[in-house]
Amino acid sequence: MTSDRPRGPAFYVLALFFAGFVAFLYGPTLTILVLSFQGPQGGLTFPMNGVSTHWFSRLWAGVGVVDIWAALWRSLKLGIVVMLLTVVVAFFAGLAFRKHFRGESLLFTVAIASLIVPSIVVSLGIGLEFRLIDDGIKALAAATGWGFLQDHGTAMGLYTSALGAHLTWTLPFGLLIMFAVFNRFNPAYEEAARDLGATGPQILRHVVVPILAPALVGVALFGFTLSFDELARTSQAIGGRNTLPLELQGLTTTVTTPEIYALGTLTTGVSLAVIGAALGAAVWMQRRRARRSLIG
Amino acid sequence: MTDLALPALADAPAKPAAAGLTARTRRARALAYLQAAPMALVFLVFFVVPLALTLMVSFWEYNEYEIIPAFTLQNYADIFEGCLSGSDLCTTARTYLSTLKFCFLTWAFTLLIGFTVAYFLTFHVRSPTTQMVLFLVCTIPFWTSNVIRMISWIPLLGRNGLINDTLRGIGLIDKPIDGLLYSDFAVVLAFVHLNTVFMIVPIFNSMARIDRSLIEAAYDAGATGWQTLWNVIVPLAKPGIAIGSIFVITLVMGDFVTVGVMGGQQIASVGKIIQVQMSVLQFPAAAANAVVLLCAVMVMILTMSRLIDLRKEL
Repeated sequence: MTSDRPRGPAFYVLALFFAGFVAFLYGPTLTILVLSFQGPQGGLTFPMNGVSTHWFSRLWAGVGVVDIWAALWRSLKLGIVVMLLTVVVAFFAGLAFRKHFRGESLLFTVAIASLIVPSIVVSLGIGLEFRLIDDGIKALAAATGWGFLQDHGTAMGLYTSALGAHLTWTLPFGLLIMFAVFNRFNPAYEEAARDLGATGPQILRHVVVPILAPALVGVALFGFTLSFDELARTSQAIGGRNTLPLELQGLTTTVTTPEIYALGTLTTGVSLAVIGAALGAAVWMQRRRARRSLIG
Repeated sequence: MTDLALPALADAPAKPAAAGLTARTRRARALAYLQAAPMALVFLVFFVVPLALTLMVSFWEYNEYEIIPAFTLQNYADIFEGCLSGSDLCTTARTYLSTLKFCFLTWAFTLLIGFTVAYFLTFHVRSPTTQMVLFLVCTIPFWTSNVIRMISWIPLLGRNGLINDTLRGIGLIDKPIDGLLYSDFAVVLAFVHLNTVFMIVPIFNSMARIDRSLIEAAYDAGATGWQTLWNVIVPLAKPGIAIGSIFVITLVMGDFVTVGVMGGQQIASVGKIIQVQMSVLQFPAAAANAVVLLCAVMVMILTMSRLIDLRKEL
């Protein structure tokens, strides 16, 4: 169990179990990765009927009536906005929690509740809220006759209700990461900067943010990927134009060709690229810091 | 901080220093409110108010065209219709039982797998770098699309899928098993596949904090590996187990996507009822169902946290 003892049989049993778990985790995804290169005559299952990029070119041309590229683009845009907001809002909330303020335990409870209240309930609530807002605006338009209100469609949309729905899911993760990070953060660095005459914003910009940068990249990673794949909370809060995961869910019942695997490979590719970039950036920052502290 | 302590040492202008401190504290307080405000605002607008509205609308009336702001208990009466009378189970009770079954099975499997994986990572992987890499290997799929991860079971579980083909190939079965895909089995499999990470991360976190000398002490006192595991590691990992359990239970209780996709849209779940009612614009009915679901989940969470605190006191 500790490093000076030789490895017992338990290690090998557990290692085998772990390997099995990793196979269980990645096996299915690898299967559809392979099957997305199915030949033009191939079906949803093995065997491979030749190897081609046929289904990717079909995908490129568009999947039936669904505009998959518009959905992908919407998801990407929303993901980036959610990512930026999650980083900024969670970072400042983390700073606030360090200083302590009245109501902090309430805010913390609400954040945790937001994480564990079933997504369908949150989604329904936001959907209802925006419907009531719409009803209110329509009633106001009818009562006042104000022109600019007359052709009000809906307040629901990508950057209103859907954005809010995503933030209720990403912000708690961001806050928890900030908690973990600030717990290990040594305030001596800030005090040193303050003693040297740095102002509050200067300390943030030149001391706190650079030290926390790898963690902030982690928060960004959560913000983007959780938003990019979010489905349950978006479902009742999106309005007319769907995000990619919603379109995907619809396609599972209608598309019966490997096209859907090609789409899966593409989506997973986007996620993996983002994860790779984030992890790479975090490792690079840590290396650079280690190098600098060696020189200094 | 030293500049504030110095006047106190000099013993003369203690009061101005104290006043300076409070002014500074007050400024810090005001800044803290400002910094926490965006998060509080987001949760207020997109979480607290929507939940309050859900509760409110669950008491409203509705017809085919609109929802009507009038107080009624009819929506709740509809949910529990027939539950108190006949010997047969009402639809709501059946749906909850089915969802609870998924919940329990998923919880049991994710706990077993999650605990074992976390245990292996914490106590058997010696190099911190390897530990971190393997931990990441476990978490990376969490950052990819859930729907895609569900779809990816089709080529394995389908009628002509890899598993049926292999079983037929080695002569174990004559004709393909139909119940692999679009069945309770597929739903639980997908739940375990998607949610084990929620067990691994908190349990790993708890285990990583366990003081290694405790384990050494147990070992030196003659405890076997199992005894150490059961009497030292499991009790200390309990907070992680509780957090993981809460995650898994709430995710499964409110689910409609996994049950929908993996059950071929044929299996009922509480979340699915809500989703269907929303799609046919029966908002008050959906809201009442959401309130009942929320209460059920809260009771489960409270029971669980009570259990853990109790154990701690014993």
